[in-house]
Amino acid sequence: MIMAERKPMPAIEEMLAPYKKIALIGCKGCVTVCNAGGKKEVGILSAQLKLMRPDLEITEVTPERQCDPEYVESVERYAEGQDAILSMACGAGVQLMAEHYHGLPVLPALDTTFIGVTEKAGEYVERCQACGSCKLHLTGGICPIARCSKSLLNGPCGGSVDGHCEIDPGVPCGWQLIVDRLTELNQLDNYEKIAEAPNWATSRDGGPRRITREDLK
Amino acid sequence: MADFEPTIVAFCCNYCGFAAADLAGSMRLDYPPNIRIIRIPCSGRAEIQEVLDAFLKGADGVAVVGCLEGDCHFISGNFKAKRRVTRMKELLAEAKVDPERLEFRNNAASMGPQLAQFFNEFTEKIRGLGPNTATIKLKKSQANEPDPNEKKEVHP
Repeated sequence: MIMAERKPMPAIEEMLAPYKKIALIGCKGCVTVCNAGGKKEVGILSAQLKLMRPDLEITEVTPERQCDPEYVESVERYAEGQDAILSMACGAGVQLMAEHYHGLPVLPALDTTFIGVTEKAGEYVERCQACGSCKLHLTGGICPIARCSKSLLNGPCGGSVDGHCEIDPGVPCGWQLIVDRLTELNQLDNYEKIAEAPNWATSRDGGPRRITREDLK
Repeated sequence: MADFEPTIVAFCCNYCGFAAADLAGSMRLDYPPNIRIIRIPCSGRAEIQEVLDAFLKGADGVAVVGCLEGDCHFISGNFKAKRRVTRMKELLAEAKVDPERLEFRNNAASMGPQLAQFFNEFTEKIRGLGPNTATIKLKKSQANEPDPNEKKEVHP
C-alpha cells in the first residue's frame, strides 16, 4: 500500500493560518491501513486543531478513497462553503481533490512516503518503487530496485558487509537477501543472468505515466 | 485561581482501577470529588480520541488506570495503554496542552488506599497547573456563537 506520515503540527498550523472554516477529509484506503489518514486520524487531528484553534470550524468526513472521481464527488456537500480542504489522503488523493474542487485550496496534511508493507503493527517498510518493469521473478521475489540502496541489478556492491548495507547497519543488503533466497529456491542460475541496463522510461524518467484500458472506458 | 476546582477524568479498567476505586470507597477513604471515573473493560480500551475529547469537553486532567504489569486480564492491554498514553502526551504537546495533565498508572484491585492517594496527589498537581486554557478558549469562542448543533445543516 501507499505509506504516509502526518506532517509536523507547525506545518499544518501554518497552512491553516489564513482559514476559519475547513473540511478535514480522510481516506479509507491505504492511509487508513498505515494509520496516517483514516477516520480515526481525522478525529485525532480535528481534536488537536480544536484544542489549538477554537475559532476554527471543522467539518470531518472520510470517504472510501480520494483517488477515484466518484468518491471525490461524494463529499461535495461537505466541501461547500468551506475556506479550504485539509486532505489526509496520499499525494494522489490530494491532487484529485484539487482538480475537482477548483475554487478551493486543497492542503496536504500528510507527507506521502513510499509503497511498502506492514512488517508488524506500527512498522512499515518500503518494498516497491513503481519502476514499471517488474523483475521479481528473477530475484526470488525481492526487488533489487527498492531493496538495494543503489538499485543495482547485477549483484551487490562492495558496501555489503555481513549481510548489511553500508548506508546503515539496520538496513539489510538487498542483494544478500536475493542471493540467500535464490539459494533456498535452488534458482541461483538466475543470478548468472546478466541484467541489461534497464529502460527507465517505464519509471519516472519517462514523465508522468498513464495506463489506458479501452475495454473499461 | 485559589478557588479553582479541576475536573479530572479517570479512565479506570474494570478489573483493577475500578475495583480499587470501589475498594477505596468501601474502606471509607477520601479522594477528591473532582475525579470523574469512566469504567472501561481494559485500560487498553482508552482510545486516543476519547482522551483528547475529554480535554476538549472541559477536563483539566485525565488519568488512565490499568492493572499492574503482568496482571492484565487481557494479558497485554495495560502495556498497550501505557504506549498509547505516551503517544497521547506527544499529541497533547503538539496541541499546546501540557502533557503533565495526562497520567498513566498501574494499580492493582487490592490497592484501594494507594489509588486514593494517587487521586489526591494528581488532583493537587492539576490544581497547581491551573485550568486547561484550551478549554477556556473553546468555551469563550462557543459563547460568542449560537449552539453549533442547532446551526448545523442536516444532510440527507
